[in-house]
Amino acid sequence: MSVPMDARIEKTASEIAADVRARRLSAVEVTEATLAHVEAVDGLIGSYLTVLSDAAREHAARVDERIRNGESLSLAGVPLAVKDNMCLESTRTTCGSKILEHWIAPYTATAVARLLDAGAVPIGKANCDEFAMGSSCENSALGVTRNPYDTSRVPGGSSGGSAAAVAAYEAAIGLGSDTGGSIREPGAFCNLVGFKPTYGRVSRYGLIAFASSLDQIGPLARTVEDAALVYDAMAGYDPMDETSIERAVEPAAGALLDDLKGVRIGIVRDFDTGALGAELDALYRQAYRDLEQLGAELVEVTLPTADYGVPTYYLIAPAECSSNLARFDGVRYGLRVDGEDVQAMYDNTRAAGFGPEVKRRILIGTYALSSGYYDAYYVRAQKARTLIARDFERAFARCDLIACPAASCTAFEFAAKSDPYSMYLMDYYTIPMSLAGLPALSVPCGWSTPEGGAVPMPVGLQLCTPLFGERLLLGAAHAYERATRHASARKPLAQEARA
Amino acid sequence: MPTDTIDIRYVAKLARIALTDEEIEVFGRQLGDLLAHVNALSKLDTESVPATAQVVESRNVTREDVITPGLDRERVLAQAPQRQGNFFRVPRIIAE
Repeated sequence: MSVPMDARIEKTASEIAADVRARRLSAVEVTEATLAHVEAVDGLIGSYLTVLSDAAREHAARVDERIRNGESLSLAGVPLAVKDNMCLESTRTTCGSKILEHWIAPYTATAVARLLDAGAVPIGKANCDEFAMGSSCENSALGVTRNPYDTSRVPGGSSGGSAAAVAAYEAAIGLGSDTGGSIREPGAFCNLVGFKPTYGRVSRYGLIAFASSLDQIGPLARTVEDAALVYDAMAGYDPMDETSIERAVEPAAGALLDDLKGVRIGIVRDFDTGALGAELDALYRQAYRDLEQLGAELVEVTLPTADYGVPTYYLIAPAECSSNLARFDGVRYGLRVDGEDVQAMYDNTRAAGFGPEVKRRILIGTYALSSGYYDAYYVRAQKARTLIARDFERAFARCDLIACPAASCTAFEFAAKSDPYSMYLMDYYTIPMSLAGLPALSVPCGWSTPEGGAVPMPVGLQLCTPLFGERLLLGAAHAYERATRHASARKPLAQEARA
Repeated sequence: MPTDTIDIRYVAKLARIALTDEEIEVFGRQLGDLLAHVNALSKLDTESVPATAQVVESRNVTREDVITPGLDRERVLAQAPQRQGNFFRVPRIIAE
C-alpha cells in the first residue's frame, strides 16, 4: 500500500495548533486533509467505528472563527480520535458492543468537551474492545482494527482504535481509557506515547464505566509534548464526577525536561522478565542505561507483590464491571430482545447484546461478589490491593520514578491469544500501577522483530511516579524521547496489505 | 480460598444472562481456570490488612439543593426500546 502522505497531517499536535493559531494553516484545511486520509486508509486499518465528517467540518469552521476572533487555543485545529466508550452529544457511542450499537449519546463527556473547547476537532469514534475489556481490540463486536506497522497484527487494546488512528495519521491525538493498561499497551504496540494520569485527575463523567475505581482517561500521542498538551487541556476537578480530585493541576507542557540530572529511577527487581525473551530484555536494559546517560541515578527497588497484580485485578475489575453493566437491561436504552416476561427479556437482551469476554467478566464478578464468596475473593483482593499500593509507597521512598517494560511482547498476530488468561497476562506490567492509582505512561524505546514477523515492531518503556507526579513523569519521558528518538525510526503504513 | 466447583447456571441467573449449553460448558471451565490462578492470593498474609476500595482521598461531596436542568425528556425517551407516553414500556412483570 502506498498512501501519499499529506505534510499537513504528519505534523505533531503542537505544530498543527501553532500553525492554526498563527493562521498559516486553517483548521478546515487540516480537517479536510485528515478526512481524505481516513477515506484512503481506514478501510485497511479500521480505526474508526464512526467517522464524524460533518461534525468535524462544523467544529473546524468554528475553530477558525474563534482564532479570527483572537482566541488562543492550545489544541487549535488538532484532529482528535475519541475512543467509543466516551460520549459525544448526538453521535453514536457503542463501546464496541452490540448492546449499544445504535445508541446516540445525549450529552458530551467532560474530557471530550474540554478538548473541543481547547480547539480539537473530533474526526471519529474509535474502535475498542467491548466495554474496554481486552488487550488487542479483538473483543470489539463491531469491527477489526489492524496495527499500522504490520496489518497482520493487533493494535493492542482496549484503546486500540485510538492508538491505530494516531499511528496511521488518521488523527494527531487520541483519547483512550486505561483500567489495567488499556492506554499504555496499545501505545507501546503502535509506537506512541500512551499516558494514564493519576486516578481522579481527569473526570470520568461521560466515560461509560467498566471498573469505576480504576478507570482513567488519558491521551495517546506521537510525542510526549502532545500528550502533555492534551493532559493540560483536560485534567482537573469536575463537579459531575465525585471521584475527580479537587487539587490544582500543574501544567506539564511547559515543564518538559531535557535531562534527568538528580532524578532517582527505580528498577524493579521483582518483576518476572522471563516472558520478555533475550531481545526485549536487552532493549529494556539499554533503555535503563540511556536514562542513566541522561543523568539519572539508577536504584534497585523491590515490589514483593508484583506477581499478585493480575490475580488481584481479575477479581476487582470484574466485580466492579458486573455491577456497572447491570444497567444494560433493555429497559431504557440500547438493545432489547423480548421475552415472555421482564425476567426473560433481561436474560435474552444480555445474552444477545454482550460478547463472550464481557459475559465472562460479568460471571466472574458476579461469582466473586455472591453470598459465601465475597470475603474469600472480593475482600481478599481489596486487601491485596492495599499491599500493592504500600509496596509502591516503600519503593518511592528510594526513587522518584520507576522504569519497567510496558508489555512482555510486541504486537501479536490476530487470534494468537485464544486462552483468556494468556490475554490477561498482557497487562502484567501495567496492572500494579492501576491498582495503586499511579500515573504511568509508555514511551517508544526501540524496535524488535517478533518470531515469524515480517518487520520490526515498536517496543514501549513504562515510566511511573507517585500520585500526582505527572509533571515529572512527562518531563522525564520527554528527556528520554528527545535523547533517543526511537519513534521516528520507522514509518507506519509502509507494508503491503496482506488482508 | 474456596475450592468448590462453580454452579455456573446459578451465577448466570444472578447475572441475568441466558447461557447456551455450550457457553455453560466453556465459561464453567474458564472460570475454574481463572479461580485456580487467583487462588494465588491465598499465599498473601492479609489478616490485619485493611481493604482498599479507592486509592486516592475520597470525601463526602455535597452541593446546594438547587434545581438544575437535567437531560431533555424527549431526547432520553427517544432512545427507549419501547415507550408509552412519557414512560418506558416493559414486558409483563407480575403473572396474572
